[in-house]
Amino acid sequence: MIEMLLSSVPHWALTHAAPLLVMVPLMLAPLLALVPSGRVAWLVSIAATATTLVFALILLGIVQSPESGGIVSYAMGNWLPPLGIELRVDALNAMILVLVGVIGLLATIMSYPTVLAEVRKEKTALFYSAFLACFAGLCGVAITGDAFNLFVFLEISSISTYVLVALGASRDRRALHAAFNYLIMGTIGATFFIIGVGFLYAATGTLNMADIASKLPALQGSRTVQAGFAFIVVGLGLKAAMWPLHQWLPNAYSYSPSFVTMFLSATATKVALYALIRFLFFVFSPTFAFEHAAFTALLMPLGIAAMVACSFQAVFQTDVRRVLAYSSVAQVGYMILGVSVGTAAGLSAGLFHLLNHAMIKGALFMAVAAVVLTYKGTNIRDFAGLGRSAPWTMTAFAIAGLSLIGVPLTAGFQSKLQLGYALFDNGWWWAVILVVFSSFLAVIYVGRILEAVFFQPPVNPRKTRKEAPIVLLVPLWILALANIYFGISTDIPLGLARDAAAAAFGLEAFR
Amino acid sequence: MLEFILERANYWAIIGLMMIGLYITFASGNLIKRLVGLSLFQTSVCLFYVTLGKVAGGTAPILYGEDAVEHGAEAAHHATGVAGGHALGNASAPVELVHTYSNVLPHVLMLTAIVVGVATLSVGLALIVRIREAYGSIESDEVREIDLETALAQEAEIDQWLNEAGA
Repeated sequence: MIEMLLSSVPHWALTHAAPLLVMVPLMLAPLLALVPSGRVAWLVSIAATATTLVFALILLGIVQSPESGGIVSYAMGNWLPPLGIELRVDALNAMILVLVGVIGLLATIMSYPTVLAEVRKEKTALFYSAFLACFAGLCGVAITGDAFNLFVFLEISSISTYVLVALGASRDRRALHAAFNYLIMGTIGATFFIIGVGFLYAATGTLNMADIASKLPALQGSRTVQAGFAFIVVGLGLKAAMWPLHQWLPNAYSYSPSFVTMFLSATATKVALYALIRFLFFVFSPTFAFEHAAFTALLMPLGIAAMVACSFQAVFQTDVRRVLAYSSVAQVGYMILGVSVGTAAGLSAGLFHLLNHAMIKGALFMAVAAVVLTYKGTNIRDFAGLGRSAPWTMTAFAIAGLSLIGVPLTAGFQSKLQLGYALFDNGWWWAVILVVFSSFLAVIYVGRILEAVFFQPPVNPRKTRKEAPIVLLVPLWILALANIYFGISTDIPLGLARDAAAAAFGLEAFR
Repeated sequence: MLEFILERANYWAIIGLMMIGLYITFASGNLIKRLVGLSLFQTSVCLFYVTLGKVAGGTAPILYGEDAVEHGAEAAHHATGVAGGHALGNASAPVELVHTYSNVLPHVLMLTAIVVGVATLSVGLALIVRIREAYGSIESDEVREIDLETALAQEAEIDQWLNEAGA
């Protein structure tokens, strides 16, 4: 399919795919602010995200083709790297770009009815403007090869995210305080990141990530580099909601408009995690003594703490969105655990889980958005009896919920299996037990919701409106079926994750 | 020892400002003060970068005198590399300059960082305006208390429902 795409697009699209991927949504974002009609803004957003997805697929195709050598490098404004800003795509970020593109497109398609219901009408176009800015920022983080440029794109996406979260205020005023706290934490994280980049610049004299990577081996044991490493890990860890830096996430996710929650949970933390992986494996290499210590002494315990502690917290929440938000932090824990193994197998398991979790949480939050649209509530009580009145929505919710637990024949099972293999290979059998234990906690918190949905009578039987509109159901079912399809046939996502891990290590693919 | 400390006076100042900024951000109850602390923190990072770019004996990075006449635009491309004292990965050798210049790159980076900081600050202030409209207070303790009451009321309602459903 990708070969067909590559052969059918014009030449300029092949050579300029990397900048166009970011430029299209970034340029359209301010224009949308001038559009008076929400519906036009919605259609333009769909066009923009679809264009980005096409460019992401083109880039993936070029990266996978043998003649490219696995790397697409584009010098912005023809200023050659390392002096100019380089857009650099390899198997690792091609995967992330396709993920952001797919989720962005599906989220935008389903967004219109929920945005109309949850955001004031005169702000609809502005809402889409902020969304496209956030989307462009996330793509920019994923595509850039320049450390400082990464910071700029990170802030473009974050600042528009604060706005999007705060727009939940028309439904619940707590969104404002959540957005403010997110702003404080997010800005501290980003500032830590640039302090770290400053240290690396002081040590190496360059900001190009590939160039930094080539100069660091000569600086083994440099205190400056170690300080830079610490600042970067903390800064990006904050953005990626690494435990215990996740405090902003549950509030931000549970009070923002449901479309925003859906989009952010499937992309924002994923992209920040990608940036962390990019620095851990590509810029610094795991052969650094201090980094290896950081893997076993810092990332591994934090990953385990996240998946156990936050799964426990999820069990005791009464709001479905908070349950899923805490579960998100726990799932980030799985990914961090996979990363902390420090082997290619561990990293590919972590990335595989990242892809699957984006599909799972995307589907779950889409179903929640459908419930908010038709029933106006997100408490477990509001979900009671919905299995009968909205069977299509709730069946998709159940499929994604089972995938979140890790039931066989779902995508969630496959990535936990890969994670288990990687942990066993490293001799961390006790970590496998903890993964299984935290999956049991997932059985409890997902089970509570499903029990209310399918086995309890509805609270208010007079609510007659049944299913969500079709624009919501189609993307929801695409994601739900993807969960089943990739649970049976793992070739595509596992292949992507393995190529990505190999690219992060600078290996020649180890399949 | 004293010399060691004094030589790094600007770094001490930066660390001090950074800590003051972070402390205000975490410890203050007033939302405006927290934003002020955050700005202070961000500004101290700008100072950090500018300090990194300073070359001993270097002047402002604008080519002048012999440099400007002889090399012109081409030299400008290489000025950062020479001034920073780092060999560039480029094939062409750096052009020899007569005068020493400070490194321009950190200054330019900080222009971008300042813009990001202003954007963050303005979004933060806009949020505070909305918080004041919605809660009638900009003290984070009071806002949190109001939120807590709302949450507790909701919890109680659900508990009651759960009990009824159980019975």
